[in-house]
Amino acid sequence: MPATQDKSNSPVGREMKRIDGPLKVTGNATYTSDHNFPGMLYAVPVGATIANGTITKLDTTDAEKMPGVKGIFHRANIGKLFRVAPNSDFNAFSDEDRPPFEDDVIRYYGQYVAVAVAETFEQATAAAQAVKVAYSEKKPNVEKQLTADTKVKVESERGDAQKAFDAATIKLDATYVTPAETHNVIELHSSVAVFDGTAFTLYETTQGVVNHRNVLCQVLGVEPEQVKVISKFLGSGFGSKITPWPQSAVAAALARKLRKPIKIVISRKMAFHAAGHRPRTQQRVRISADSNGKLTSLQHDYLNHTSLLDDYKENCGECTKYLYSCPNLRITTALSRRHIGTPTSMRGPGAVPGLFATESALDELAIKLKMDPLQLRLLNEPQKDEDLNIPFASRHLIECYKTGADKFGWSKRDPKIGSMKRDGLTLGWGMAGAAWIAERFPAEATVELRNDGTAKVATGTQDIGTGTYTVLAQILADKVGLSIDKCEVVLGDSSLPPGPLSGGSMATASLIPAVSKAAEKAIGTLLNAAIKTPGAKYFGVDQKDMKYTEGRVHKKDEPASAGLSFQQVLDSGNFKFILGKGSSPSTFGGKPESSKHSYGAHFVEVTWQEEIARLRVSRVVTVIDAGKIINPKAGRNQIEGAVVMGIGMALFEHTNYEPTKGAPLNSNLADYILAVNADVPNLEVHFLEYENKDLNEYGARGIGEIGLAGFAAATANAVHHATGIRIRELPIRIEDLLADV
Amino acid sequence: MKLFAYEKTSDVSDAIKKTSNSDTAQQGAKIRFVAGGTTLLDLMKLSVETPDSLVDINRLPLDKIETTSDGGLKIGALVRNSDLANHPYVKSHFPVLSEALLSGASAQLRNMATTGGNLLQRTRCVYFRDTAYACNKREPGSGCPAIEGENRTLAILGTSDSCIATNPSDMNVALTALEATIVINGPGGERAVAIDDFYTLPGSTPHIENVLKPGDLITHVLVKAMPAGSKSVYLKLRDRASYEFALASAAVIVQVDAGKVSRARIALGGVGTKPWRAIEAEKSITGSAATPENFRKAAEEALRNAKPQSQNKFKIELSKRCLSHALKLATTS
Repeated sequence: MPATQDKSNSPVGREMKRIDGPLKVTGNATYTSDHNFPGMLYAVPVGATIANGTITKLDTTDAEKMPGVKGIFHRANIGKLFRVAPNSDFNAFSDEDRPPFEDDVIRYYGQYVAVAVAETFEQATAAAQAVKVAYSEKKPNVEKQLTADTKVKVESERGDAQKAFDAATIKLDATYVTPAETHNVIELHSSVAVFDGTAFTLYETTQGVVNHRNVLCQVLGVEPEQVKVISKFLGSGFGSKITPWPQSAVAAALARKLRKPIKIVISRKMAFHAAGHRPRTQQRVRISADSNGKLTSLQHDYLNHTSLLDDYKENCGECTKYLYSCPNLRITTALSRRHIGTPTSMRGPGAVPGLFATESALDELAIKLKMDPLQLRLLNEPQKDEDLNIPFASRHLIECYKTGADKFGWSKRDPKIGSMKRDGLTLGWGMAGAAWIAERFPAEATVELRNDGTAKVATGTQDIGTGTYTVLAQILADKVGLSIDKCEVVLGDSSLPPGPLSGGSMATASLIPAVSKAAEKAIGTLLNAAIKTPGAKYFGVDQKDMKYTEGRVHKKDEPASAGLSFQQVLDSGNFKFILGKGSSPSTFGGKPESSKHSYGAHFVEVTWQEEIARLRVSRVVTVIDAGKIINPKAGRNQIEGAVVMGIGMALFEHTNYEPTKGAPLNSNLADYILAVNADVPNLEVHFLEYENKDLNEYGARGIGEIGLAGFAAATANAVHHATGIRIRELPIRIEDLLADV
Repeated sequence: MKLFAYEKTSDVSDAIKKTSNSDTAQQGAKIRFVAGGTTLLDLMKLSVETPDSLVDINRLPLDKIETTSDGGLKIGALVRNSDLANHPYVKSHFPVLSEALLSGASAQLRNMATTGGNLLQRTRCVYFRDTAYACNKREPGSGCPAIEGENRTLAILGTSDSCIATNPSDMNVALTALEATIVINGPGGERAVAIDDFYTLPGSTPHIENVLKPGDLITHVLVKAMPAGSKSVYLKLRDRASYEFALASAAVIVQVDAGKVSRARIALGGVGTKPWRAIEAEKSITGSAATPENFRKAAEEALRNAKPQSQNKFKIELSKRCLSHALKLATTS
């Protein structure tokens, strides 16, 4: 049943300010570390100062005697913590599977070896520093050059890529490297744990309240009903908060042990150690074409580093399989183990580093072909997903390229290196394509119509800062035909109906069908109440003759204005509220009927001032094909933010593991260089809004990660155009551009 | 962070008396002055500095910017970076100083940081700031892992086998080109030290960074007027566009008469263990035609004795380009 007849009033697709904006700008949004409780104690972890070895002695004598200290806890005294059992679902998974303090082996720098608990944060910090740890230390392996430590696995293969490559005359064999990156979220990882003797309430900063609950109950060895996870507002996550990190289990274990609320806020430095990162990747690309530019082979062999503990794979070949038409293709992968903390998803995992390699390689191939790189892409546009041999659900990549080229002025590009100038600066113009998965997680939601004339949607997802509160209010407003200020959104609580992770840019697309069904159920129940309330206006009318239009209940053969408001219906039946539940399944698993992805194109201009070796990104045009955009204001903000992150990825960001101790050396915001406002040029974002309904009725897919995909390659391609220097290892540094001096 | 005593003073002689038993301005001092605290408090949180007590000098009457009768400046040690940078007379008559200050740190830090504190700004060498590592500057004799380690941003001029830490300040580079004088009050009375003599090279004692003795308090910085017709430029090169220390910077003050450089004062930042006065470059360019070739020649002279490490060879070329371009900007503006 369509909720509203007149779609012109729908808030879906409109630019809407964030409904949680006033709370945030007035400091009234309660983030994890804003939670305080009577008697609460502060805990500060003690991190290992080696990356490989064992603890031989833990001397806590001095620390225990310090003012305000309630204890120093470690393997021998914190209580039993368990591993998360292997499972194939997305609702109980962790990245670092080893619970804190499981053994005395140190496998990465900063691994928790103990935790100090005191009355104040300062006392706990001082006590943590006073814990003396002796180690049997071995040289760590944080070597940058990666070699396969696991069996090389073929991920995808068609035709005979090596044979075609060998036979080709126009070909490229190059290795591309992306460094380890740290998410550097504004809101540091933090946990406030409360234990009432039976059950835990965990205030967390998490991209998945339900997943967090499902993991923590296993780690703590209790029933799911005994753990409630709250996460009302997040200062972003970028993937680093999809799975719980050790501070969460430690806070809960201490709360249980000490029967006091416990707060842990890790330091910026610790966030480089034990809170995930994007792993280093090393990707060999072999690609060949015939003299007309048709691809004849593509091989993508990639490695990524992972920890000694976990098999985290950075899925670099994800887009390679289907992005271009190519009869002969082979993708292989393996892991390289390092004494580094367990990696995790970082915005656009897999596709982002993968596309740096393949989209750079395509640019290099175009140069060999003496062909415009855009033309090469148009020539190799596939008609179907050649990996799965199924049609594309909705693919408008060519339109992305053409629209972007038009807005950017690509036709004026002179391909000669360093030939384009403006204001004494050399210009470089580069472009690249982008792709990202479009799927759904399972989701459940409830919708309430309430006797005060408002509606409420509730689901166990969370808003990581992307605008989920606002987007759900828009969807609810559309479905129940109310203005947005009458729509309440309740999120961030694991006791709500299980909602999706805020990951993979999938939350919105996952929730639309569940919320829609919940609203339909609520409206159906309301109509039923209207006809079953004795004495009420519509008592005894056949329900199929009834209708709901923009908040009003009426008969189909009368205008909505002749009917009753839903408030009147509720009042006449003496109902406080009427509730509907909805759910929708995941799209993962099984063979899909169509190949669902979002697409995009980046056009980047850099300026190169050779006389002072100054490189800047000066102009960006990005076109995104991600289906219907529910809120263009929030959507554009997502893409702009991703592009800014892309500038950082291309030019600045890398986590630098020092070889003797294995420590990330640049573990602070002065030494880990991110793009700042002054680095951000004019960004133009365009959306192509093709409403493919495979995922949901609005035809909305995800946005966020797609904006980072391909950007670094477009920048590196622009840098080559300006300087003639091909950078195959990120970030692109000044010394790389001075290398020939 | 170690517990420490804290006291305030509003009198210069009292401040000196309170600290006369401690190397107030050298690594590991047991008593330290604190003003803006933008370096010191960070280092205390990192346990790099562990003083027993802090003497807060924010109330001393040293927060004025005065112009002298000959057109120079007398800058109180407690003048905040943002006040100095935005002072109308500084902007009009000492643009190189204003530009240098505004290129450093962030607005929030500049609002706190003081002139005296900035003179004593500590290095950003990652090993100095992390007590898990050896560092001759922090713990004399413990070794220097930077020489074989992470040294991309470290010094190429004035280094020793003990230390290659860069002086990170921007302000000090401009003050060095301006040939500023540091006025110091101490137990032995008041004295004035030329800025180039104020900083010591690391040699075998990198924990000693300047000539300050126990009880010494910087009270003022004196700057003479730039000669009439002088042009100045501060140029800073770094990875990102803002909020980052210099990989290379240059402060230049030049006079050009009939196409020839008649006077030049040049200092380099981001490359030296102290703010680096480039006397050789000044000599090279003085009397020469103001041409790109001669600017490059001067820059070659400035970096002739540069000693690169494993990761920072590029800084030699970068510093040369920085200086050449700064000279070009100053002579064509």
